[in-house]
Amino acid sequence: MIWQLDQFVLLLVVVCAVAVITVRDLLSAAVIFGVYSFLMCLLWAKMGAVDVAFTEATVGAGISTVLFIAAIFRTTRRSKD
Amino acid sequence: MKQLQEQVARNPEGDNLIIRTAVRLLVPFIQLYGLYVIVHGHYSPGGGFQGGVVLGASFILLALAYDLKTSLRFMSERVNNLLSNLGALIFIGIALLCALLGGLFLDYAALERLIPLGAEEWHSLGIFLVELGVGLAVMSIMVSLFWDLASGGDMEEGL
Repeated sequence: MIWQLDQFVLLLVVVCAVAVITVRDLLSAAVIFGVYSFLMCLLWAKMGAVDVAFTEATVGAGISTVLFIAAIFRTTRRSKD
Repeated sequence: MKQLQEQVARNPEGDNLIIRTAVRLLVPFIQLYGLYVIVHGHYSPGGGFQGGVVLGASFILLALAYDLKTSLRFMSERVNNLLSNLGALIFIGIALLCALLGGLFLDYAALERLIPLGAEEWHSLGIFLVELGVGLAVMSIMVSLFWDLASGGDMEEGL
């Protein structure tokens, strides 16, 4: 991968990670967490760990986002703290 | 198609013809891809866990686009429980069979004493059987996780 693109993806990972823990809306947090997982999947694939990237894409970006949203629908969307 | 249109006419709110038709076309290919990932797990990236998750995701997609009842029609709770237990049983069964035949736990070469195919062939076949068990178990656990989370455990109404 081109190193500029690599740095850009790394920067986006950090931005997403900070956004997930600061955003108040839980649904937005779940969606941003999916974006974070997918960016991590790109980084894993770039580092040659294709198996880990595959797991990250299916479990992290796919199933866990759906499970988070299913859990949020059972509670309130806004966090109090 | 006609059946879909009738369904939409009967229950217009919350239903979407485009999403339902796309999901209906997509689900067989997703399941085929999941099977491919499981079967080719020992040659290429992928394996029992990833393939199982992809297979489970196809049923979750069905439950999201239609409703929980539709996905329960294609795979009932009873069959799901049976498959998850069968997957764990295949894994432990193969591993224990290796140990009982004189090898170590998960030592596939020992299976040669049961059916003589050659140690290398059994290394490949043994890992395939174990991955099949892992895939079945992971698929049913993922689907039942979603069912329980989406319906609150009573399997009446999903998302």
